[in-house]
Amino acid sequence: MQQITYFIRKFKYFLLFIILEILAIYFTIQHHSYHKSKFVNSANFVTGGIYNKVNSINEFLYLKTDNQLLIEENTRLKNLLEKKHISQNDSLYKVEDSTQYFQKYQYIVGKVINNNFTKRDNYLTLNKGSNYGLTPDLGIINGNGVIGVIKNVSSNFATVLSILNSNSKINVRLKRSPHFGTLVWNGKDYNTCQVTDIPRQAIVKVGDTIITGGKSTIFPEGIVIGTIKDFTFENNQYQQINVSLLNDMSSIGYVQIVKNLIKEEQIKLEESAINE
Amino acid sequence: MNKLIISNTVRFIGLVLLQVLVLNHIGFLHHLNPLVYIVWVFLFPIRKNQSLLLIFSFLLGLTIDFFSDSGGINAAATLFIAFIRLPILKIILRRSDFDFVLFNLRSIAFGKTFIFISILTVIHHFILFTLEYFSFNEFSSIIYNTILTSVFTIILSILGILLFTKKKK
Repeated sequence: MQQITYFIRKFKYFLLFIILEILAIYFTIQHHSYHKSKFVNSANFVTGGIYNKVNSINEFLYLKTDNQLLIEENTRLKNLLEKKHISQNDSLYKVEDSTQYFQKYQYIVGKVINNNFTKRDNYLTLNKGSNYGLTPDLGIINGNGVIGVIKNVSSNFATVLSILNSNSKINVRLKRSPHFGTLVWNGKDYNTCQVTDIPRQAIVKVGDTIITGGKSTIFPEGIVIGTIKDFTFENNQYQQINVSLLNDMSSIGYVQIVKNLIKEEQIKLEESAINE
Repeated sequence: MNKLIISNTVRFIGLVLLQVLVLNHIGFLHHLNPLVYIVWVFLFPIRKNQSLLLIFSFLLGLTIDFFSDSGGINAAATLFIAFIRLPILKIILRRSDFDFVLFNLRSIAFGKTFIFISILTVIHHFILFTLEYFSFNEFSSIIYNTILTSVFTIILSILGILLFTKKKK
């Protein structure tokens, strides 16, 4: 017993060091496994509050570019509306029963109050949380493409797993042919992502548009992500397809949170098919 | 004694805010952010009892981690340099005993201060990037990031220390 006390007294700083270091490495490992980091994240009262205050000042500096983006998106949407108008007049007119109508996605406006793009694993912080009905695994988009997926929520804030993260895997496809692939990021350039798993029979050309695929339950199909910058074709396989993102990931302001209203139904059905 | 507590508390809060609100968003050459908050560890008064330094270094790193959503990587790295600070200083100054109360980083030769800061910064950054990438495949990225970020951090730390601390003879 005396020897144990002597040992502890002699190595007390070392023991303190070891205990705290193990705690830190425990947080790190917990953080590296997706869906587990519950404790260390910026979606809490203090950090979220400070980011919110500073962001409300920064916002003024970007009013002009934000307006520009909004007007571009408005124009695009108005053009889409016009097109729809014409095609409806062309076909036979059909009265739709309003009870047959169903809404698949709901969009909620949010604001990014902390943006990271320089690290290997990047996370963003949003100014809305579970008070607005946000839950983990909702998609985040803006007018120029996909931004990420919600990871943790608190009552007033949420953290977002950015597409610039080693854990981010988003189902995408080519616009001109329905070949699916996965969007990942290799950590080098924040304006370039990579697409893997494109089957070799797909015809890929530089400049092709990449859009979100319909396989995921998180994002609606057809959101433009970017264009193909270059690719290598070796051993009869597409090795690396670089996609230059349409979005400037270094300046993100207002975003839309996509809520899939029939996600549970789809997941339940898919699970029951696997279990049989 | 009170003055020491106040100045260290102010420095703690100031460096955390400087790091998370300004320096984390610099992105020099696309992805380089200096990690100047470790200056707090260099400037913490040297005492025989190290437990305060260890606990507060851990909290400093953890605070940065909370802000930047990075698990515990800053906490682990900062704690490590806090632990090896005294041994490194003893090796550099070739002294085994200190006048603990009067010791000041500005009172030793500039060359030795520079070596001291450089060694601790490189070790800190190496641990940080190893834990961040967490894979042997990316060893080249770890070394590349460690070296470039260290240069950036060392320059800013030394400028900061020269500007904001008083020289003591």
